[in-house]
Amino acid sequence: MDFALTEHQRSIDESVRRVCAQFEDAYWLDHDRSGDFPIEFRQAMTEGGWLGIAMPERYGGAGLGITEAAVLMHAVTNSGGAMSAASTMHINIFGPHPIVVYGDEVQRERWLPPLIAGKEIACFAVTEPDAGLDTGSLTTQARLEGDHYVVRGRKIWTSTAQVADRVMLLARTSPREAQGSSVDGLTLFYTRLDRDRISVREIDKMGRKAVDSNELFIDDLIVPMEDRIGEEGKGFRYLLDGLNPERILIAAEAVGIGRNAVDRAARYARDRVVFGRPIGQNQAIQHPLARSWAELEAGWLLALKAAWAYDAGQPSGAAANAAKYFASEVAFTACERAVMTHGGMGYAKEFQVERLLREVLIPRIAPVSQEMVLCYLAERVLDLPRSY
Amino acid sequence: MSFGQSIIFNEIQGVSHQMKILVPIKRVIDANIKVRVKSDQSGVELNNVKMAMNPFCEIAVEAALRLREAGEAEEVIVVCAGPANGKETLRTALAMGADRAIHIESEDSPEPLAVAKLLKAVVEREKPGLVILGKQAIDGDNNQTGQMLSALLNWSLGTFISRLSVEDGAFHVTREVDGGLENLKLSGPAVVTVDLRLNEPRYASLPNIMKAKKKPMEELTAAALDVDITPRLTVLKVEAPASRSAGVRVHDAAELVDKLKNEAKVI
Ligand SMILES: Cc1cc2nc3c(=O)[nH]c(=O)nc-3n(C[C@H](O)[C@H](O)[C@H](O)COP(=O)(O)OP(=O)(O)OC[C@H]3O[C@@H](n4cnc5c(N)ncnc54)[C@H](O)[C@@H]3O)c2cc1C
Ligand SMILES: Cc1cc2nc3c(=O)[nH]c(=O)nc-3n(C[C@H](O)[C@H](O)[C@H](O)COP(=O)(O)OP(=O)(O)OC[C@H]3O[C@@H](n4cnc5c(N)ncnc54)[C@H](O)[C@@H]3O)c2cc1C
Repeated sequence: MDFALTEHQRSIDESVRRVCAQFEDAYWLDHDRSGDFPIEFRQAMTEGGWLGIAMPERYGGAGLGITEAAVLMHAVTNSGGAMSAASTMHINIFGPHPIVVYGDEVQRERWLPPLIAGKEIACFAVTEPDAGLDTGSLTTQARLEGDHYVVRGRKIWTSTAQVADRVMLLARTSPREAQGSSVDGLTLFYTRLDRDRISVREIDKMGRKAVDSNELFIDDLIVPMEDRIGEEGKGFRYLLDGLNPERILIAAEAVGIGRNAVDRAARYARDRVVFGRPIGQNQAIQHPLARSWAELEAGWLLALKAAWAYDAGQPSGAAANAAKYFASEVAFTACERAVMTHGGMGYAKEFQVERLLREVLIPRIAPVSQEMVLCYLAERVLDLPRSY
Repeated sequence: MSFGQSIIFNEIQGVSHQMKILVPIKRVIDANIKVRVKSDQSGVELNNVKMAMNPFCEIAVEAALRLREAGEAEEVIVVCAGPANGKETLRTALAMGADRAIHIESEDSPEPLAVAKLLKAVVEREKPGLVILGKQAIDGDNNQTGQMLSALLNWSLGTFISRLSVEDGAFHVTREVDGGLENLKLSGPAVVTVDLRLNEPRYASLPNIMKAKKKPMEELTAAALDVDITPRLTVLKVEAPASRSAGVRVHDAAELVDKLKNEAKVI
């Protein structure tokens, strides 16, 4: 057993950190205030070739595994860019997986190179306001009319739809009742985000203001047949394939944020003198930070273990879910402790930790809630009856 | 001894476009890491410490790459002498764009004179037209290797350069010296050592990291180059700098003078 990153993985970590170091706290704070999309950051990551890390080489990617992608995303959030940085590119890393696996060669040639080269931005429209986590009850309809589909419905939380060129869309092509299983009857499309037919309304949210999340009102969107991925009715199954990698990436992103918060807190605790001593000399301050350090270390190992299993072609569901659950919890706690360590200054934007706390809530909520992760572990690992 | 002030011209050829550039690089403790002294005071703790390419060496690699990209050179060879993990640092230079690497393995990082002798042997094998080094490594801060190499080779030398170009078959460099800038024209072959302001090193992109895995890395030893690298210096003891104790507040000038006289005994 070897817990060390390989030389190659370390050089990925190092190089990504270098790119990210150009984007300092002030950059992220400004973008968090203005809500402007971090275009320069995305550009720098694109130029470095990072968007295609896990995409096949023949389309311009690097063909590396989820382990390397996790190292990448951990370095990205750990730079202080947190989710504002990660979410500018997260979708690129594994989002196109269904295209790679279930798309045909023409589609792969058409879609992957521009995505990998950063020429096109994609968004992911799965969640719906009235379905929530119960994906089987999605109601957005895609109706076949001759050589194309016509889509009507509503999506919510679709991130980056303000800037995206294309949308990966899950829609119902046959009614739920007609299906044996709730995961059938949904079809996956990857199509142009036609703003004449989709109105995109930004959601005013708690954190990560720079990367928009939106409500989508889809009104008779025309989707050509050649924009359907794979077979009709199998769309949700195609997405399931990418769930474990996404959970692993989210875990890595969370750990990166948590570690950044702990570093800031430890630095502050070393320097800040109250009652004639650095506050970090008090166990009430140092122990919570030490605990967080240990917890984040564990979260990172869990994420890497899941990544290793996935890359080795072994079942990774339990580890990926456990990593997403645990890493986002401990990262959240770490950020909270970092704020508290800073006393009043923890509440001031200048010290960044309040921004981290706002953003670290995202991995607990999305792409799936902690409760659903626990349901998975209970049912699939502990063999308990399904609760929902 | 003052190098660089005088220009050593030698009768060998000028600068050719088929020129190879040799860039020696050193692996050092990452500049952002807080250095700790080993408990037995024999040196600095290097185990489990983040290491990186010496920042001045990065600038040297960048300078070489720019010359190659401008068509002034054909090949950039990076070389590192020291423990096996130096290969990782060489790989970083390859990922930045260097063409091939040479690793000269030794148990510890050799002293500057030993490195200069090893480099001389490599120069004799590779016949580069230019050797670009960092002005110093941020670990030992010796600032010796480039100067020693130029002396051993009897080549032109430009130290602490902040500008480098090839014009009319000669190297034009600007040196940062006390009191200003000094412009020199060096006939090739030459050794230069680079200062901070020469350039901003590039970052390795992912495609280049992938390519670097396949670039050649030759492994040599001091013995194979017939160079004796036995240390000439003995380290007696390494200590951390004394930590600064807290200041004292004085109420008035009289108290200050009193303390300076009777406690600090400086006046
Ligand atoms: C910043 C952000 C970005 C996002 N980006 C995207 C995106 O790009 N694309 C996209 O499609 N979606 C996106 N989402 C949506 C995200 O995936 C969902 O918010 C998430 O899946 C939760 O679904 P929901 O909000 O509908 O919660 P609901 O399903 O309404 O759940 C609400 C709460 O009830 C709990 N709950 C529900 N059912 C059960 C049960 N049976 N047992 C126990 N607890 C239960 C949940 O765990 C949760 O805590 C984003 C969300 C956020 C916050
Ligand atoms: C929104 C907001 C509004 C405010 N409004 C006002 C106002 O109107 N007027 C006003 O005067 N102030 C105000 N404050 C300041 C507030 O009262 C202080 O922030 C608070 O008292 C903490 O002091 P500090 O920020 O200097 O923290 P510090 O004293 O620097 O403490 C930092 C951390 O170290 C811990 N710590 C320090 N010493 C020890 C020890 N010996 N053992 C264990 N832990 C220790 C603290 O508990 C804290 O977690 C406000 C603060 C905020 C956030």
